[in-house]
Amino acid sequence: MSAKMRTGQTAEIPGPKKANVIPQPKVAVSMIKRAERPLLVVGSKAPDIETNDGDLVDSAIRFLKTGVTVVATGHLSKTFRDRGVEVYSMQFMNLGDRLRDPGWAGFDGKGPYDIVLFVGTLYYMEWLVQSGLKSFAQDLRTVSLGNAYQPNASWSMGSSPMKNWLTALDDIIKGLEEGK
Amino acid sequence: MELSKKDLRLKIDELSSSIGVFKGLDIQVGRIIDDEWEEPMGPTPFPSIGTFRDWDRKLLERYKPFYMPFCDLCCLCTFGKCDLTGDKKGACGLTMAAQQSRIVLLACCIGASTHCAHARHMMDHLIEMYGRDHKLDIAINTNVQAPNSRLVCGIRPKTLRDLEDILDYVETQLVQLTATAHTGQEGDNIDFESKAFHAGMLDHVAMEVADLCQISTLDFPKGVADAPMTEIGFGSIDTSKAVVMCIGHNVLPSVDIIDYLMENKLFEEVEVGGLCCTAHDNSRYDKRAKVLGPISWQLRYIRTGIPDVVVVDEQCLRTDIVDEAQKIGAPVIATSEKSMLGLPNRTHDPSDEIVEDLVEGRTPGVLILEPDKVGEVVVKTALKMKPKRAGFKPLSMEELVELAGNCRGCMECVMACPNNLPVMDAVKAAAEGAVEALAEIQPMCVGCARCESACPEDLPIISFLTKAAEEKEMTDSFAIRVGRGAVTDVEIREVGRGIVFGEIPGVVALVGCANYPKGGLEVADIAEEFLKRRFIVVATGCAAMDLALRKDEDGLNLYEKYPGNFDAGGLLNIGSCVSNAHITGAAIKIANIFAKRPLRANYEEIADYIYNRVGAVGIAWGAMSQKAASIASGCWRLGIPVIVGPHGSKYRRNLLGRADKEEDWITLDARTGEEKYVGPAPEHLFYSAETLEEAMVMTAKLSMRPNDTTKGRAVKLSHYVDLHKTYYGTMPDDLHQYVRVEADVPFTMKEEVLGIIKEKGWEEGKIGMLDPTLLRRMVR
Repeated sequence: MSAKMRTGQTAEIPGPKKANVIPQPKVAVSMIKRAERPLLVVGSKAPDIETNDGDLVDSAIRFLKTGVTVVATGHLSKTFRDRGVEVYSMQFMNLGDRLRDPGWAGFDGKGPYDIVLFVGTLYYMEWLVQSGLKSFAQDLRTVSLGNAYQPNASWSMGSSPMKNWLTALDDIIKGLEEGK
Repeated sequence: MELSKKDLRLKIDELSSSIGVFKGLDIQVGRIIDDEWEEPMGPTPFPSIGTFRDWDRKLLERYKPFYMPFCDLCCLCTFGKCDLTGDKKGACGLTMAAQQSRIVLLACCIGASTHCAHARHMMDHLIEMYGRDHKLDIAINTNVQAPNSRLVCGIRPKTLRDLEDILDYVETQLVQLTATAHTGQEGDNIDFESKAFHAGMLDHVAMEVADLCQISTLDFPKGVADAPMTEIGFGSIDTSKAVVMCIGHNVLPSVDIIDYLMENKLFEEVEVGGLCCTAHDNSRYDKRAKVLGPISWQLRYIRTGIPDVVVVDEQCLRTDIVDEAQKIGAPVIATSEKSMLGLPNRTHDPSDEIVEDLVEGRTPGVLILEPDKVGEVVVKTALKMKPKRAGFKPLSMEELVELAGNCRGCMECVMACPNNLPVMDAVKAAAEGAVEALAEIQPMCVGCARCESACPEDLPIISFLTKAAEEKEMTDSFAIRVGRGAVTDVEIREVGRGIVFGEIPGVVALVGCANYPKGGLEVADIAEEFLKRRFIVVATGCAAMDLALRKDEDGLNLYEKYPGNFDAGGLLNIGSCVSNAHITGAAIKIANIFAKRPLRANYEEIADYIYNRVGAVGIAWGAMSQKAASIASGCWRLGIPVIVGPHGSKYRRNLLGRADKEEDWITLDARTGEEKYVGPAPEHLFYSAETLEEAMVMTAKLSMRPNDTTKGRAVKLSHYVDLHKTYYGTMPDDLHQYVRVEADVPFTMKEEVLGIIKEKGWEEGKIGMLDPTLLRRMVR
């Protein structure tokens, strides 16, 4: 197992089916751009994680501006609101439950999401929610954009030093911003 | 003549009578039904594992499991390992959903068995001491004693003897349940879930038996609001005395220690401090026993080097406790067959010989299985160890700084920490002589020591944290009202109406272990938020301890600021883990005493009543154990929703309602038989919250019930809206699902709320206000 597939917490080892490591930011950009209804899930730790934009909430706002639907879990929607940005809000467990339902028409009622990105979550909660989706929403593509490998996603950023991850995240957002 | 433990058995060697002489007469009679009880037997006495399948399925149809496999494999039989990911099936045919629910069932069986075994040990011992005819005396002003036992078994226990029948039943059922998890038995995930509910229901019966035994015989507080205050915290311990540290859940060995101290007038020389539920129950027995803190503090306290003797009984112990105690030169005395820890069994040896061997260090500890012997050995050992250990020096600051210098910066400690605390940075700073960062993260440490286990340099990180926070922690002492036990019938009469009609906004039960995401003070935050809002807050176990650990600017903590009665704004320390049965018991008694619903073996009707009417919510913010799983499961079957902290997601599944599917919330009107949409109240049955703030808002929301009066719903909505505004900064977006008529809207926010919900297409009367029931047979 490569260093990039080292999990973010001890013993959170993958099952037989494990996430592909995103080799380059452009691969993630391509996946997201190809999607018709991308959704970004932003977890409650986002304000604690510094990025080139300020923190992960600021980076998520850049995602939003590229046309990606953003949902905040926990009580994080208040942080967005305090920064003058409205995003959807749903509890993480509830969201996982909705995402496994192919009949759920999304926040806007226009149909299910075809790719779900995750960032700023509690590592083990994301691990578990993606585990649920791996087995019970097999057609849904999940992508973990955090800085530690999430084995239960379809695709995950590899574990890497913070500096490298920040650059990669920035490159992904820039890639999405191009052409907008 | 002898009376066996189980049924009535009349055995007579020789009997002369008018009809002849009988030799070797042996008459056995099965279970005795209490025919003095005027209440007729209900429909489901001693239910089997399938009796409530239909009821469970009603709940599980509404609250479907969202499974989050903790492991993709099944490795329980030699066909395996089997990969169950996605559509795959195991060699036995089992699906991933069924496997997850099977593991949930096993967890609940372990939890319920643990309480049941605890109850059995306690009951057998107390029967030996007090006799089978010892009367149960649970709470003042109370006729409905043992509500869980009455509801499930249909018998009304009056003496210790009566409890034997109840435990026999629980044990038999637990064997049945465990058998269903064998390869090639149950195959359907919902049937597994129903069985997990059954284990939870049994757990509350077993817990009730355990607490009834000890309350009745050991003279614990009997449902009194003004139970005595004692102290909690490391600062409560007078370290000039010999210190005995008791860890676990079974009070019997500790009772003998306290008795020995009293009989020999040694309380001035020996301090008894407990961790976890043994501490609660010690203090219920004698308030001079101190509460050191929750279970997560056991390693922390040992590392202070203060304990002269460590006594362990059962449950939630560190299994490496002997190694840890050896590091500080303190002997361990194990007292339960369930955790013998490899120690030599010295139960039948003379006490003084055992003491000498312990004091001379010939053995790191001993096993003593007779509680009556523990007191003498422990106290004598502690008194001799105290001077002998006087030269023991725990880790010094200089040693800390020097050792911290060995840190390789590998981050293994951070990755191993369940909360990813920034341990490595703190250790690196300590190497430079700055220990403030270590002191800062110490209150958030759950005490698991996975960081130490992961460290390639074997750095004693828990000792680092303990030393860094020593100055504050060793002087911290807080008041705690000792566990009061049951809620009395009189209290239920006084508040039943307010709870059922919603005028008391809810009952919040803070339960469980100490695996917190951000430290135990979050429990105090939850308690205070809802006490200020005039909810009734009840607490047990570690949660009842953690909420005591903060003082306000006047130096008062929550136990000193809020009364201990079961009324709006009351804060009740109910007691230890087994006292959780009194919380479900209170809900059951509301249905029985206030609403006059028959109690005897009438589980479904009472559960239906509680689910639709009693706005109770359990919060196990630091849920960790299998016992916590089974306690929660017993609440689910009664229709009481439970919120756990983020680590609770590791229980592998949530039971979640779909508020967006109106068809899921159709309920019968018991008056007319008409089916009507009642809104998603309560929305979830088992729910892991990511943040404290989210949990608080959800608690207020889950307090709503279909039966709320307009006044009651307005009160509940006002709290929900206010909390949502506070923590989310906006109005909730689902008010249209909770406002049934305009009168439901809190007066002060009428215009704003009506504006919002009308935009969502709300119409008055769409949500039914009825006499709600899920049971067709309840339609009159």
